[in-house]
Amino acid sequence: MIRVEDLWRTYQMGDHALHALKAVDEVIESGEHVAIMGPSGSGKSTFLNVLGCLDSPTRGTYYLDGRDVAGLPDGELAEIRLRQIGFIFQSFHLVARLTAMQNVELPMIFAGVPAAERRARAARALEAVGLSDWSGHLSTELSGGQKQRVAIARATIMGPSLLLADEPTGNLDTHSGAQVLALLDELHRAGRTLIVVTHDPAVARRADRVLVMRDGEIVKRVAGASVTDLASLFDFGEPTP
Amino acid sequence: MKPVDLAGFALRAILTNRRRSGLSLVGVVIGVVAVVTLTAIGEGALRYVTDQFRSLGSSLVIVAPGRNETTGGLPAAFGGVPNDLTFEDALAIQRQVRAVKTAVPIALSSAPVSQQERRRQSPIIGATAALARLQRYEIAYGSFLPETEIDRGGAVAVLGHTVARELFGNASPLGETVRVGGWRMRVIGVIAERGTQFGMQVDETVFVPTATAMRMANKSSLSRIILELNPRSDPTAAIERVKEVLVDRHDEEDFTCISQDAVIESLGSILHILTLVVAGIASISLAVAGIGIMNVMLVSVSERTAEVGLLKAVGASRRQVLLVFLVEAALLSGAGGLLGLFVGEAIVHVGRLLYPAVDAQTPLWAIGAVLGLSFATGVVFGVLPAWRAAGLDPVAALRSR
Ligand SMILES: Nc1ncnc2c1ncn2[C@@H]1O[C@H](COP(=O)(O)OP(=O)(O)O)[C@@H](O)[C@H]1O
Ligand SMILES: [Mg+2]
Repeated sequence: MIRVEDLWRTYQMGDHALHALKAVDEVIESGEHVAIMGPSGSGKSTFLNVLGCLDSPTRGTYYLDGRDVAGLPDGELAEIRLRQIGFIFQSFHLVARLTAMQNVELPMIFAGVPAAERRARAARALEAVGLSDWSGHLSTELSGGQKQRVAIARATIMGPSLLLADEPTGNLDTHSGAQVLALLDELHRAGRTLIVVTHDPAVARRADRVLVMRDGEIVKRVAGASVTDLASLFDFGEPTP
Repeated sequence: MKPVDLAGFALRAILTNRRRSGLSLVGVVIGVVAVVTLTAIGEGALRYVTDQFRSLGSSLVIVAPGRNETTGGLPAAFGGVPNDLTFEDALAIQRQVRAVKTAVPIALSSAPVSQQERRRQSPIIGATAALARLQRYEIAYGSFLPETEIDRGGAVAVLGHTVARELFGNASPLGETVRVGGWRMRVIGVIAERGTQFGMQVDETVFVPTATAMRMANKSSLSRIILELNPRSDPTAAIERVKEVLVDRHDEEDFTCISQDAVIESLGSILHILTLVVAGIASISLAVAGIGIMNVMLVSVSERTAEVGLLKAVGASRRQVLLVFLVEAALLSGAGGLLGLFVGEAIVHVGRLLYPAVDAQTPLWAIGAVLGLSFATGVVFGVLPAWRAAGLDPVAALRSR
């Protein structure tokens, strides 16, 4: 379970402070599927990065499975990222000089998993995302959709309970996007907490809940099923200037 | 994270950027080659010089007229003209110093040597029969100077290889007559080809009995007395005793007495220090190479910023990121060290083929030091880039590119 209270992330820009997150309070249950939406610059990625222990809040508390992780030292945060969290990025972030297999093996290297076991597990993970035949290919030889599936295999290889995806279909065509979403759904059904940042109402509709952000705050919480279009979602009931 | 995996990861990164990695290697290679070849030359020179001394025989002591001719003490005029070194001195030493097995009186000069119309200038060494044994001369024809009393002259000569060939061509000189400084001498032997020994060109030299050489050159003093010590006798004690005998005869210490061991030792330590200094200077070039590695690693880190962000996102700690880049730098410089060792040894090998006299060989200590040093160079100069990588903010790093 995720619980954040009065969460701030402030960037000091010279003499004025930019609040990427402003007093965010939120609870996300284990196994929940949550979508985060909002205009560009509203703080979605910042929120996701803090939840992923990749960024530290300037102020506030963050309980992950009951543990206060906001002020942990780097070594322990790295350990949490390694074992409890899986990240999926819009731009895939595969290491270009490594093969698909080697990319999936990366987290296990930092975990000190022996080579033979690493290879066996990576092979199974690649099979699960339908890329058995591509395991020996360099990531530069893969299509966008294939890259993202390798990234999903990598994000899940250590068996994390929390999956964080920042616009995972943002760089993909409809068909590859659908494959990726299907995989994410499958992972969620297997019991993982899934948090997806997206601009696509169709993606948000799959979620249990949708958090809408604006200027660093969560301004709306709606059921995924109720999402129709962006215009109504981003209508914050104010007079437009 | 296992060391093997670290090395594998680093190796892949190095191999991806072959040209850049290669260029940074060159610096290390040059530094290591410098150390390897220079120490090889130094050690070779050391061995060359010691071997030359050793070839003179085991325990030799040399007595020369004049005080301290090697260390440049008071000039002769200051303490008066030194007494001549005479046959009597040599005989007295041989009789009174038990450690001395043989005393060989030596007279050095130079004279024209001719045979019919062929003529050349040659160094003339006046010596006795024992010199051939002490210097390990190999006799090609005939024999060396005859065994007689040491002060006995004779109109006989032994020729060095080159002198014999120049004066007689392929004909045998044995029993023929040569003119040495106007004296007619009968050739009784030829020394086998020998090459330069210690700056003394045996092949060019004519050997005659000491007494004859002194009369030819009109000299009253011996140039040297070479003393062969009995095996297992102590050179230092022997020298003391020789000094006593000579001071007793001359009433002052107007001669110089040095043991060959002492010369070898001091020359050896001078050469060794020289080698160390040269190696030290050469290893400074490794520091320069280290800066090259640091540059390459800094570029690598800035190019791979997004990768660093990703590594952190999948669970790498600061420490692990630091290690990844440190190992990469150490592998680069270590590989440069190994490559440099091979190139350097190849050069040393070629040098040995070209100049077999100087038996150049890189000493083991230098190989160990240079490998350790090149590895350490990578670690030391890799710290800054690795530290920079480890300190990257993962969020900003992932956003870069
Ligand atoms: N490193 C940074 N320095 C300064 N401002 C930043 C930094 N990172 C993000 N921001 C600002 O924080 C706000 C939220 O950014 P972000 O979380 O990336 O938004 P979103 O993902 O919703 O587009 C934006 O105004 C952005 O400009
Ligand atoms: Mg974003």
